[in-house]
Amino acid sequence: MDLRVEFAGLVLKNPIITASGTFGFGLEFSSFGDLKRLGGIVVKGLSLKPREGNPMPRVSETPCGMLNAIGIQNPGVEVFLRDKLPLLPWRETAIIANMYASSVPEFGELADVLAGEEGLAALEVNVSCPNVSHGGAAFGQDPAQIRKVTEEVKKRAKGKPVIVKLSPNVTDIATCALAAQEGGADAVSLINTLLGMAVDIRTRMPCLANVVGGLSGPAIKPVALRCVHQVCRKVSIPVIGVGGIVSAEDALEFILLGAQAVQVGTANFLRPDQSFRIIDDLPRAMLKARSSSLDELRGGIKLP
Amino acid sequence: MVERNCREVKIREIRFLGTWDEPSDFMELVLENPGWESYRPGQFAMLRAKLWGLELPWGRPFSISRVDAESVTFFIQVVGRGTSRLAQLRANDEVVVWGPLGNGFSVLPETPTLLLAGGMGLAPFRGYIERHPTPKYLRLLFAHRPALDFYPYSDMGQKVRAEAIQERSTDDLPDIIRRIETVMDECAGGLALACGPTPFLRTVQAHALKKGIRAEISLEKTMACGIGACLGCVCKNGQDRHVQVCAHGPVFPVADIRI
Repeated sequence: MDLRVEFAGLVLKNPIITASGTFGFGLEFSSFGDLKRLGGIVVKGLSLKPREGNPMPRVSETPCGMLNAIGIQNPGVEVFLRDKLPLLPWRETAIIANMYASSVPEFGELADVLAGEEGLAALEVNVSCPNVSHGGAAFGQDPAQIRKVTEEVKKRAKGKPVIVKLSPNVTDIATCALAAQEGGADAVSLINTLLGMAVDIRTRMPCLANVVGGLSGPAIKPVALRCVHQVCRKVSIPVIGVGGIVSAEDALEFILLGAQAVQVGTANFLRPDQSFRIIDDLPRAMLKARSSSLDELRGGIKLP
Repeated sequence: MVERNCREVKIREIRFLGTWDEPSDFMELVLENPGWESYRPGQFAMLRAKLWGLELPWGRPFSISRVDAESVTFFIQVVGRGTSRLAQLRANDEVVVWGPLGNGFSVLPETPTLLLAGGMGLAPFRGYIERHPTPKYLRLLFAHRPALDFYPYSDMGQKVRAEAIQERSTDDLPDIIRRIETVMDECAGGLALACGPTPFLRTVQAHALKKGIRAEISLEKTMACGIGACLGCVCKNGQDRHVQVCAHGPVFPVADIRI
Protein backbone atom coordinates (compact mmCIF):
# COMPACT_ATOMS: atom_id res chain seq x y z
CA MET A 1 0.00 0.00 0.00
CA ASP A 2 1.35 3.44 -0.93
CA LEU A 3 1.68 5.49 2.23
CA ARG A 4 3.72 8.30 0.72
CA VAL A 5 2.66 11.87 1.41
CA GLU A 6 3.84 15.06 -0.25
CA PHE A 7 3.08 18.54 1.01
CA ALA A 8 4.78 21.88 1.63
CA GLY A 9 7.80 20.73 -0.35
CA LEU A 10 8.26 17.67 1.85
CA VAL A 11 8.18 14.11 0.56
CA LEU A 12 7.56 11.64 3.38
CA LYS A 13 7.50 7.85 2.98
CA ASN A 14 4.52 7.73 5.32
CA PRO A 15 2.48 10.25 7.33
CA ILE A 16 3.95 9.30 10.73
CA ILE A 17 6.31 11.92 12.15
CA THR A 18 7.66 11.79 15.69
CA ALA A 19 6.82 14.90 17.73
CA SER A 20 9.31 17.28 19.27
CA GLY A 21 10.35 16.61 22.86
CA THR A 22 9.15 13.01 22.87
CA PHE A 23 11.74 11.43 20.61
CA GLY A 24 14.95 13.10 21.78
CA PHE A 25 17.26 13.56 18.82
CA GLY A 26 16.00 10.27 17.35
CA LEU A 27 19.21 8.41 18.14
CA GLU A 28 17.89 7.38 21.57
CA PHE A 29 15.37 5.18 19.73
CA SER A 30 17.66 3.61 17.15
CA SER A 31 17.91 0.27 18.97
CA PHE A 32 14.11 -0.07 18.98
CA GLY A 33 13.37 0.55 15.31
CA ASP A 34 14.91 1.61 12.03
CA LEU A 35 14.76 5.42 12.01
CA LYS A 36 14.74 5.35 8.20
CA ARG A 37 11.23 3.88 8.31
CA LEU A 38 9.72 6.98 9.92
CA GLY A 39 7.97 9.59 7.81
CA GLY A 40 9.92 12.21 9.69
CA ILE A 41 11.53 13.13 12.98
CA VAL A 42 10.99 16.47 14.69
CA VAL A 43 13.91 16.80 17.05
CA LYS A 44 13.88 18.20 20.58
CA GLY A 45 13.35 21.98 20.67
CA LEU A 46 16.55 23.87 19.88
CA SER A 47 17.67 27.26 21.10
CA LEU A 48 20.66 29.36 20.05
CA LYS A 49 22.43 28.77 23.35
CA PRO A 50 22.33 25.64 25.53
CA ARG A 51 19.50 25.63 28.09
CA GLU A 52 19.43 23.76 31.41
CA GLY A 53 15.62 23.76 31.52
CA ASN A 54 13.37 23.83 34.56
CA PRO A 55 13.99 22.39 38.04
CA MET A 56 12.75 18.91 38.99
CA PRO A 57 10.16 17.47 39.21
CA ARG A 58 9.40 18.14 35.56
CA VAL A 59 6.97 15.41 34.56
CA SER A 60 3.88 13.92 36.14
CA GLU A 61 1.72 11.07 34.90
CA THR A 62 -2.00 11.86 34.75
CA PRO A 63 -4.94 9.68 33.71
CA CYS A 64 -4.39 8.87 30.00
CA GLY A 65 -1.75 11.55 29.76
CA MET A 66 1.08 13.41 31.34
CA LEU A 67 2.18 16.89 32.30
CA ASN A 68 5.60 18.20 31.42
CA ALA A 69 7.53 21.33 32.23
CA ILE A 70 10.98 20.45 30.89
CA GLY A 71 11.71 24.04 29.89
CA ILE A 72 13.42 23.30 26.55
CA GLN A 73 16.54 21.75 28.06
CA ASN A 74 18.81 21.33 25.03
CA PRO A 75 22.52 21.45 24.19
CA GLY A 76 22.06 24.39 21.82
CA VAL A 77 21.77 24.45 18.06
CA GLU A 78 25.50 24.19 17.37
CA VAL A 79 25.98 20.99 19.33
CA PHE A 80 22.94 19.52 17.59
CA LEU A 81 24.29 20.34 14.13
CA ARG A 82 27.78 19.11 14.96
CA ASP A 83 27.14 16.00 17.09
CA LYS A 84 23.60 14.76 16.39
CA LEU A 85 22.44 15.61 12.87
CA PRO A 86 25.34 13.87 11.07
CA LEU A 87 24.36 10.60 12.83
CA LEU A 88 20.72 10.79 11.73
CA PRO A 89 19.57 9.15 8.45
CA TRP A 90 18.66 12.53 6.97
CA ARG A 91 18.94 11.37 3.37
CA GLU A 92 16.26 8.76 3.96
CA THR A 93 13.89 10.42 6.41
CA ALA A 94 12.84 14.02 6.91
CA ILE A 95 14.62 15.58 9.87
CA ILE A 96 12.75 18.66 11.09
CA ALA A 97 14.34 21.15 13.50
CA ASN A 98 12.02 22.50 16.19
CA MET A 99 12.97 26.08 17.04
CA TYR A 100 12.64 27.81 20.38
CA ALA A 101 13.50 31.45 20.91
CA SER A 102 12.27 34.25 23.12
CA SER A 103 12.23 37.19 20.69
CA VAL A 104 11.59 37.81 17.00
CA PRO A 105 15.24 38.66 16.22
CA GLU A 106 16.38 35.54 18.09
CA PHE A 107 14.04 33.41 15.97
CA GLY A 108 15.60 35.03 12.94
CA GLU A 109 19.13 34.31 14.11
CA LEU A 110 18.24 30.69 14.82
CA ALA A 111 16.67 30.36 11.37
CA ASP A 112 19.91 31.68 9.83
CA VAL A 113 21.91 28.96 11.57
CA LEU A 114 19.53 26.16 10.55
CA ALA A 115 18.61 27.25 7.02
CA GLY A 116 21.91 26.30 5.43
CA GLU A 117 21.89 22.74 6.75
CA GLU A 118 21.52 20.16 4.02
CA GLY A 119 20.41 17.56 6.57
CA LEU A 120 17.30 19.46 7.63
CA ALA A 121 14.10 19.00 5.61
CA ALA A 122 12.10 21.73 7.35
CA LEU A 123 11.91 24.08 10.29
CA GLU A 124 9.16 23.89 12.90
CA VAL A 125 8.60 27.10 14.83
CA ASN A 126 7.56 26.59 18.42
CA VAL A 127 5.33 29.55 19.19
CA SER A 128 3.33 27.60 21.72
CA CYS A 129 5.58 26.15 24.41
CA PRO A 130 3.79 27.05 27.63
CA ASN A 131 6.71 26.38 29.93
CA VAL A 132 9.03 29.33 29.80
CA SER A 133 7.40 32.27 31.46
CA HIS A 134 8.85 35.02 29.28
CA GLY A 135 9.03 32.97 26.14
CA GLY A 136 6.95 31.29 23.51
CA ALA A 137 3.59 31.53 25.25
CA ALA A 138 3.22 35.20 24.39
CA PHE A 139 3.84 34.58 20.68
CA GLY A 140 1.41 31.71 20.43
CA GLN A 141 -1.42 33.58 22.07
CA ASP A 142 -1.26 36.65 19.86
CA PRO A 143 -2.01 36.24 16.14
CA ALA A 144 -0.06 39.42 15.32
CA GLN A 145 3.04 37.97 17.01
CA ILE A 146 2.58 34.60 15.29
CA ARG A 147 2.52 36.39 11.96
CA LYS A 148 5.63 38.43 12.80
CA VAL A 149 7.66 35.41 13.92
CA THR A 150 6.56 33.40 10.90
CA GLU A 151 7.56 36.21 8.53
CA GLU A 152 10.95 36.51 10.19
CA VAL A 153 11.72 32.78 10.02
CA LYS A 154 10.37 32.40 6.49
CA LYS A 155 12.50 35.32 5.31
CA ARG A 156 15.64 33.58 6.55
CA ALA A 157 14.77 29.96 5.85
CA LYS A 158 16.45 29.92 2.41
CA GLY A 159 13.52 28.12 0.89
CA LYS A 160 13.21 25.44 3.55
CA PRO A 161 9.59 24.70 4.45
CA VAL A 162 8.48 26.52 7.59
CA ILE A 163 5.95 24.77 9.84
CA VAL A 164 4.36 26.76 12.66
CA LYS A 165 3.33 24.68 15.69
CA LEU A 166 0.26 26.16 17.29
CA SER A 167 -0.89 26.32 20.89
CA PRO A 168 -4.39 25.21 21.86
CA ASN A 169 -4.34 27.61 24.80
CA VAL A 170 -6.12 30.31 22.82
CA THR A 171 -9.68 31.44 22.25
CA ASP A 172 -9.67 30.72 18.51
CA ILE A 173 -6.93 28.52 17.09
CA ALA A 174 -8.14 29.01 13.50
CA THR A 175 -7.31 32.73 13.73
CA CYS A 176 -3.80 31.78 14.88
CA ALA A 177 -3.45 29.38 11.96
CA LEU A 178 -4.56 32.10 9.54
CA ALA A 179 -1.95 34.44 11.04
CA ALA A 180 0.74 31.82 10.36
CA GLN A 181 -0.53 31.39 6.82
CA GLU A 182 -0.47 35.16 6.25
CA GLY A 183 3.06 35.24 7.64
CA GLY A 184 4.13 32.82 4.93
CA ALA A 185 4.06 29.49 6.78
CA ASP A 186 4.22 26.45 4.49
CA ALA A 187 2.26 24.35 7.00
CA VAL A 188 0.92 24.40 10.54
CA SER A 189 1.19 21.63 13.12
CA LEU A 190 -1.29 21.41 15.96
CA ILE A 191 -1.81 21.04 18.81
CA ASN A 192 0.98 21.64 21.28
CA THR A 193 0.23 20.76 24.92
CA LEU A 194 -2.70 22.10 26.91
CA LEU A 195 -1.72 24.09 29.98
CA GLY A 196 -2.49 22.01 33.05
CA MET A 197 -1.65 21.33 36.68
CA ALA A 198 -1.48 18.44 39.16
CA VAL A 199 -1.50 18.56 42.97
CA ASP A 200 -0.12 16.15 45.58
CA ILE A 201 -2.29 16.23 48.74
CA ARG A 202 0.39 14.50 50.83
CA THR A 203 3.02 17.17 50.22
CA ARG A 204 0.40 19.87 49.58
CA MET A 205 2.53 20.91 46.62
CA PRO A 206 2.02 21.01 42.87
CA CYS A 207 3.43 17.86 41.21
CA LEU A 208 5.66 20.02 38.99
CA ALA A 209 8.31 22.42 40.30
CA ASN A 210 7.19 24.82 37.57
CA VAL A 211 3.67 24.61 39.11
CA VAL A 212 2.00 24.39 35.68
CA GLY A 213 2.93 22.30 32.67
CA GLY A 214 1.77 21.02 29.32
CA LEU A 215 -0.77 18.20 29.19
CA SER A 216 -0.26 15.64 26.43
CA GLY A 217 -1.29 12.08 25.61
CA PRO A 218 -4.57 10.36 24.73
CA ALA A 219 -6.44 12.62 27.17
CA ILE A 220 -6.05 15.56 24.77
CA LYS A 221 -6.91 13.80 21.51
CA PRO A 222 -10.52 15.07 21.39
CA VAL A 223 -9.26 18.63 21.82
CA ALA A 224 -6.66 18.09 19.09
CA LEU A 225 -9.25 16.67 16.70
CA ARG A 226 -11.53 19.64 17.28
CA CYS A 227 -8.67 22.09 16.68
CA VAL A 228 -7.50 20.32 13.50
CA HIS A 229 -11.10 20.30 12.26
CA GLN A 230 -11.50 24.04 12.86
CA VAL A 231 -8.15 24.90 11.29
CA CYS A 232 -8.58 22.66 8.22
CA ARG A 233 -11.78 24.52 7.39
CA LYS A 234 -10.08 27.91 7.63
CA VAL A 235 -6.62 27.66 6.04
CA SER A 236 -5.36 26.64 2.62
CA ILE A 237 -1.88 25.52 3.78
CA PRO A 238 -1.26 21.90 4.85
CA VAL A 239 -2.06 20.85 8.40
CA ILE A 240 -0.14 18.33 10.52
CA GLY A 241 -2.28 16.78 13.25
CA VAL A 242 -0.75 16.31 16.70
CA GLY A 243 -2.24 15.34 20.04
CA GLY A 244 -2.82 12.01 21.73
CA ILE A 245 -2.17 9.78 18.72
CA VAL A 246 -1.26 6.29 19.89
CA SER A 247 -2.53 4.08 17.06
CA ALA A 248 -2.90 3.93 13.29
CA GLU A 249 -6.65 4.45 13.77
CA ASP A 250 -5.96 7.67 15.66
CA ALA A 251 -3.73 8.86 12.81
CA LEU A 252 -6.48 8.19 10.27
CA GLU A 253 -8.97 10.20 12.32
CA PHE A 254 -6.80 13.29 11.86
CA ILE A 255 -6.30 12.54 8.15
CA LEU A 256 -10.06 12.22 7.70
CA LEU A 257 -10.38 15.74 9.07
CA GLY A 258 -7.94 16.93 6.44
CA ALA A 259 -4.49 16.57 8.00
CA GLN A 260 -1.68 15.76 5.54
CA ALA A 261 0.36 13.96 8.17
CA VAL A 262 0.47 13.47 11.92
CA GLN A 263 2.97 13.64 14.73
CA VAL A 264 3.21 10.98 17.42
CA GLY A 265 4.37 12.28 20.80
CA THR A 266 3.54 10.88 24.21
CA ALA A 267 2.83 7.47 22.64
CA ASN A 268 6.60 7.07 22.26
CA PHE A 269 6.62 6.58 26.04
CA LEU A 270 4.04 3.76 25.95
CA ARG A 271 6.90 1.75 24.49
CA PRO A 272 9.90 2.96 22.52
CA ASP A 273 8.88 1.16 19.32
CA GLN A 274 5.33 2.57 19.25
CA SER A 275 5.82 4.94 16.29
CA PHE A 276 7.22 2.05 14.24
CA ARG A 277 4.27 -0.13 15.24
CA ILE A 278 1.83 2.57 14.14
CA ILE A 279 3.47 2.62 10.69
CA ASP A 280 3.27 -1.19 10.48
CA ASP A 281 -0.38 -1.02 11.43
CA LEU A 282 -1.47 1.70 8.98
CA PRO A 283 -2.43 -0.66 6.11
CA ARG A 284 -4.65 -2.68 8.45
CA ALA A 285 -6.32 0.46 9.81
CA MET A 286 -6.88 1.73 6.26
CA LEU A 287 -8.66 -1.48 5.37
CA LYS A 288 -10.82 -0.96 8.44
CA ALA A 289 -11.65 2.51 7.07
CA ARG A 290 -12.38 0.78 3.72
CA SER A 291 -9.72 2.67 1.83
CA SER A 292 -6.48 1.92 0.08
CA SER A 293 -5.34 5.50 -0.31
CA LEU A 294 -4.52 8.26 2.13
CA ASP A 295 -5.53 10.81 -0.49
CA GLU A 296 -8.97 9.24 -0.70
CA LEU A 297 -9.35 9.38 3.08
CA ARG A 298 -7.95 12.88 3.52
CA GLY A 299 -10.66 15.40 4.32
CA GLY A 300 -13.28 12.70 3.85
CA ILE A 301 -15.06 13.42 7.12
CA LYS A 302 -18.82 13.29 6.65
CA LEU A 303 -20.32 16.18 8.54
CA PRO A 304 -23.99 16.09 9.43
CA MET B 1 27.34 -1.62 25.52
CA VAL B 2 24.94 -4.50 26.04
CA GLU B 3 22.43 -4.77 23.19
CA ARG B 4 19.01 -3.58 24.31
CA ASN B 5 15.59 -4.35 22.89
CA CYS B 6 11.85 -3.96 23.44
CA ARG B 7 9.93 -7.23 23.58
CA GLU B 8 6.65 -8.70 24.74
CA VAL B 9 7.36 -11.55 27.12
CA LYS B 10 5.30 -13.78 29.39
CA ILE B 11 5.37 -13.71 33.15
CA ARG B 12 6.77 -17.01 34.42
CA GLU B 13 6.03 -16.43 38.07
CA ILE B 14 5.09 -13.78 40.64
CA ARG B 15 6.29 -14.65 44.14
CA PHE B 16 4.84 -12.64 46.99
CA LEU B 17 7.35 -12.25 49.80
CA GLY B 18 5.25 -10.37 52.33
CA THR B 19 2.83 -7.55 53.07
CA TRP B 20 3.90 -4.70 55.28
CA ASP B 21 2.03 -1.86 56.98
CA GLU B 22 -0.47 -0.42 54.58
CA PRO B 23 -1.19 -2.87 51.79
CA SER B 24 2.33 -2.81 50.44
CA ASP B 25 3.32 -6.11 48.93
CA PHE B 26 6.87 -7.19 48.27
CA MET B 27 7.20 -9.44 45.27
CA GLU B 28 9.57 -11.03 42.84
CA LEU B 29 8.45 -10.82 39.24
CA VAL B 30 10.05 -13.44 37.01
CA LEU B 31 9.77 -12.88 33.26
CA GLU B 32 10.90 -14.87 30.26
CA ASN B 33 14.30 -13.62 29.20
CA PRO B 34 13.54 -11.11 26.40
CA GLY B 35 16.66 -12.12 24.47
CA TRP B 36 19.19 -10.36 26.68
CA GLU B 37 22.47 -12.10 26.14
CA SER B 38 24.11 -10.13 28.87
CA TYR B 39 23.58 -7.22 31.24
CA ARG B 40 25.53 -5.23 33.81
CA PRO B 41 24.22 -5.45 37.38
CA GLY B 42 22.89 -2.00 38.30
CA GLN B 43 21.17 -1.64 34.93
CA PHE B 44 17.39 -1.36 34.86
CA ALA B 45 14.48 -2.08 32.55
CA MET B 46 11.12 -0.45 31.85
CA LEU B 47 8.04 -2.65 32.36
CA ARG B 48 4.50 -2.12 31.14
CA ALA B 49 1.76 -4.72 31.14
CA LYS B 50 0.50 -5.29 27.62
CA LEU B 51 -3.12 -4.85 28.66
CA TRP B 52 -2.68 -1.72 30.74
CA GLY B 53 -4.53 0.31 28.16
CA LEU B 54 -3.96 4.01 28.05
CA GLU B 55 -4.74 5.03 31.61
CA LEU B 56 -1.08 4.73 32.61
CA PRO B 57 0.91 5.94 29.62
CA TRP B 58 4.33 5.32 31.14
CA GLY B 59 6.21 2.12 31.74
CA ARG B 60 7.82 1.72 35.14
CA PRO B 61 11.57 1.51 35.77
CA PHE B 62 12.91 -1.37 37.89
CA SER B 63 16.43 -2.40 38.72
CA ILE B 64 17.27 -5.78 37.21
CA SER B 65 17.73 -8.19 40.10
CA ARG B 66 19.07 -11.20 38.24
CA VAL B 67 19.26 -12.67 34.76
CA ASP B 68 19.80 -16.23 33.58
CA ALA B 69 19.42 -17.88 30.18
CA GLU B 70 15.66 -18.40 30.63
CA SER B 71 14.49 -15.60 32.87
CA VAL B 72 14.84 -12.10 34.23
CA THR B 73 13.87 -11.30 37.83
CA PHE B 74 12.76 -8.00 39.32
CA PHE B 75 12.27 -7.30 43.02
CA ILE B 76 9.34 -4.93 43.40
CA GLN B 77 7.44 -3.21 46.21
CA VAL B 78 3.87 -2.14 45.55
CA VAL B 79 3.83 1.61 46.11
CA GLY B 80 1.57 3.19 43.50
CA ARG B 81 -0.65 2.87 40.46
CA GLY B 82 1.83 1.01 38.28
CA THR B 83 3.19 -1.44 40.81
CA SER B 84 -0.29 -2.29 42.15
CA ARG B 85 -1.36 -3.17 38.62
CA LEU B 86 1.77 -5.26 38.13
CA ALA B 87 0.92 -7.14 41.32
CA GLN B 88 -2.44 -8.15 39.84
CA LEU B 89 -0.82 -9.93 36.90
CA ARG B 90 -0.62 -13.70 36.72
CA ALA B 91 1.69 -16.24 35.14
CA ASN B 92 1.46 -16.18 31.32
CA ASP B 93 0.19 -12.58 31.24
CA GLU B 94 2.24 -10.51 28.84
CA VAL B 95 4.52 -7.65 29.76
CA VAL B 96 6.31 -5.23 27.45
CA VAL B 97 9.89 -4.85 28.64
CA TRP B 98 12.59 -2.58 27.27
CA GLY B 99 16.13 -2.90 28.47
CA PRO B 100 18.73 -3.43 29.72
CA LEU B 101 19.02 0.34 30.25
CA GLY B 102 21.53 2.61 31.92
CA ASN B 103 25.13 1.92 32.85
CA GLY B 104 25.45 -0.48 35.82
CA PHE B 105 27.99 -0.74 38.64
CA SER B 106 31.73 -1.11 38.18
CA VAL B 107 33.11 -4.62 38.67
CA LEU B 108 36.70 -4.77 39.90
CA PRO B 109 38.00 -8.35 40.25
CA GLU B 110 40.11 -9.06 43.33
CA THR B 111 39.18 -5.71 44.85
CA PRO B 112 37.43 -5.53 48.22
CA THR B 113 33.97 -4.30 47.27
CA LEU B 114 31.35 -3.18 49.75
CA LEU B 115 27.71 -3.47 48.73
CA LEU B 116 25.56 -1.01 50.67
CA ALA B 117 21.86 -1.74 50.26
CA GLY B 118 18.97 0.14 51.82
CA GLY B 119 15.54 -1.55 51.58
CA MET B 120 14.55 -2.13 47.94
CA GLY B 121 18.10 -1.09 47.05
CA LEU B 122 19.01 -4.73 47.63
CA ALA B 123 17.66 -5.60 44.17
CA PRO B 124 20.68 -5.01 41.89
CA PHE B 125 23.15 -6.65 44.27
CA ARG B 126 21.60 -10.07 43.85
CA GLY B 127 22.85 -10.21 40.27
CA TYR B 128 26.03 -8.37 41.17
CA ILE B 129 26.98 -11.11 43.62
CA GLU B 130 26.04 -13.88 41.19
CA ARG B 131 28.08 -12.41 38.35
CA HIS B 132 31.13 -11.17 40.22
CA PRO B 133 34.33 -13.00 39.17
CA THR B 134 35.76 -13.02 42.72
CA PRO B 135 32.81 -13.00 45.14
CA LYS B 136 35.02 -13.68 48.15
CA TYR B 137 36.08 -10.03 47.88
CA LEU B 138 32.48 -8.86 48.33
CA ARG B 139 30.84 -7.74 51.54
CA LEU B 140 27.18 -6.80 51.93
CA LEU B 141 25.63 -4.44 54.46
CA PHE B 142 21.85 -4.39 54.27
CA ALA B 143 19.78 -1.81 56.16
CA HIS B 144 16.05 -2.53 56.21
CA ARG B 145 12.79 -1.70 58.01
CA PRO B 146 10.32 -4.56 57.24
CA ALA B 147 11.28 -8.08 58.36
CA LEU B 148 14.28 -9.63 56.64
CA ASP B 149 12.22 -12.42 55.04
CA PHE B 150 10.43 -9.83 52.88
CA TYR B 151 13.68 -9.54 50.95
CA PRO B 152 15.64 -12.00 48.78
CA TYR B 153 18.43 -11.69 51.35
CA SER B 154 19.12 -15.20 52.57
CA ASP B 155 20.52 -16.48 49.23
CA MET B 156 22.80 -13.49 49.03
CA GLY B 157 23.93 -13.78 52.63
CA GLN B 158 25.10 -17.34 51.95
CA LYS B 159 27.31 -16.32 49.04
CA VAL B 160 29.20 -13.39 50.55
CA ARG B 161 30.08 -11.98 53.94
CA ALA B 162 26.86 -10.23 54.88
CA GLU B 163 25.15 -8.45 57.73
CA ALA B 164 21.70 -6.95 58.02
CA ILE B 165 20.61 -4.18 60.38
CA GLN B 166 16.99 -3.37 60.98
CA GLU B 167 15.58 0.07 61.62
CA ARG B 168 12.76 -0.61 64.10
CA SER B 169 12.29 3.08 64.85
CA THR B 170 14.00 6.32 63.97
CA ASP B 171 15.93 5.95 67.26
CA ASP B 172 17.98 3.28 65.47
CA LEU B 173 19.18 5.67 62.76
CA PRO B 174 22.31 7.03 64.48
CA ASP B 175 23.53 3.44 65.08
CA ILE B 176 22.81 2.48 61.48
CA ILE B 177 24.65 5.51 60.13
CA ARG B 178 27.61 4.73 62.39
CA ARG B 179 27.63 1.14 61.20
CA ILE B 180 27.59 2.21 57.53
CA GLU B 181 30.51 4.55 58.16
CA THR B 182 32.50 1.96 60.08
CA VAL B 183 32.10 -0.67 57.40
CA MET B 184 33.02 1.87 54.73
CA ASP B 185 36.18 2.71 56.66
CA GLU B 186 37.05 -0.99 56.81
CA CYS B 187 36.78 -1.17 53.00
CA ALA B 188 38.48 2.16 52.45
CA GLY B 189 41.06 0.90 49.94
CA GLY B 190 38.44 -0.80 47.78
CA LEU B 191 35.17 0.08 46.15
CA ALA B 192 31.83 0.94 47.80
CA LEU B 193 28.58 0.59 45.86
CA ALA B 194 25.28 1.87 47.21
CA CYS B 195 21.63 1.60 46.28
CA GLY B 196 18.75 2.68 48.51
CA PRO B 197 16.58 5.58 49.61
CA THR B 198 17.92 9.12 49.20
CA PRO B 199 18.84 9.73 52.89
CA PHE B 200 20.78 6.44 52.85
CA LEU B 201 22.64 7.52 49.70
CA ARG B 202 23.38 10.92 51.22
CA THR B 203 25.02 9.20 54.19
CA VAL B 204 27.17 7.09 51.90
CA GLN B 205 28.05 10.02 49.66
CA ALA B 206 29.00 12.33 52.52
CA HIS B 207 31.24 9.71 54.14
CA ALA B 208 32.87 8.62 50.86
CA LEU B 209 33.71 12.22 49.98
CA LYS B 210 34.97 12.96 53.49
CA LYS B 211 37.26 9.92 53.56
CA GLY B 212 38.17 9.82 49.89
CA ILE B 213 36.62 6.37 49.41
CA ARG B 214 35.97 5.29 45.83
CA ALA B 215 32.20 4.85 45.66
CA GLU B 216 29.29 4.66 43.26
CA ILE B 217 25.62 5.31 44.01
CA SER B 218 22.54 4.27 42.10
CA LEU B 219 19.75 6.85 41.90
CA GLU B 220 16.03 6.23 41.62
CA LYS B 221 13.78 8.65 39.71
CA THR B 222 10.33 8.70 38.22
CA MET B 223 10.80 8.09 34.51
CA ALA B 224 8.60 8.39 31.45
CA CYS B 225 10.76 6.93 28.67
CA GLY B 226 13.78 5.35 30.40
CA ILE B 227 15.99 5.92 27.36
CA GLY B 228 17.17 9.52 27.60
CA ALA B 229 14.54 11.16 25.42
CA CYS B 230 11.99 12.86 27.68
CA LEU B 231 14.41 14.67 30.05
CA GLY B 232 12.00 14.01 32.93
CA CYS B 233 14.47 12.23 35.25
CA VAL B 234 17.39 14.63 35.41
CA CYS B 235 19.59 15.43 38.38
CA LYS B 236 22.48 17.86 38.68
CA ASN B 237 26.04 16.77 38.08
CA GLY B 238 29.20 18.21 39.63
CA GLN B 239 29.20 21.05 37.10
CA ASP B 240 25.60 21.96 38.05
CA ARG B 241 24.33 20.64 34.72
CA HIS B 242 21.20 18.55 34.30
CA VAL B 243 21.95 14.96 33.28
CA GLN B 244 19.41 12.19 32.66
CA VAL B 245 19.51 9.52 35.37
CA CYS B 246 18.24 6.92 32.87
CA ALA B 247 20.89 7.48 30.22
CA HIS B 248 23.90 8.79 32.20
CA GLY B 249 23.14 6.67 35.30
CA PRO B 250 21.43 5.28 37.20
CA VAL B 251 24.88 4.60 38.73
CA PHE B 252 27.13 7.60 39.27
CA PRO B 253 30.55 8.03 40.90
CA VAL B 254 29.75 9.77 44.23
CA ALA B 255 31.63 12.95 43.37
CA ASP B 256 29.81 13.39 40.06
CA ILE B 257 26.29 13.94 41.30
CA ARG B 258 24.17 16.05 43.64
CA ILE B 259 21.46 14.22 45.53
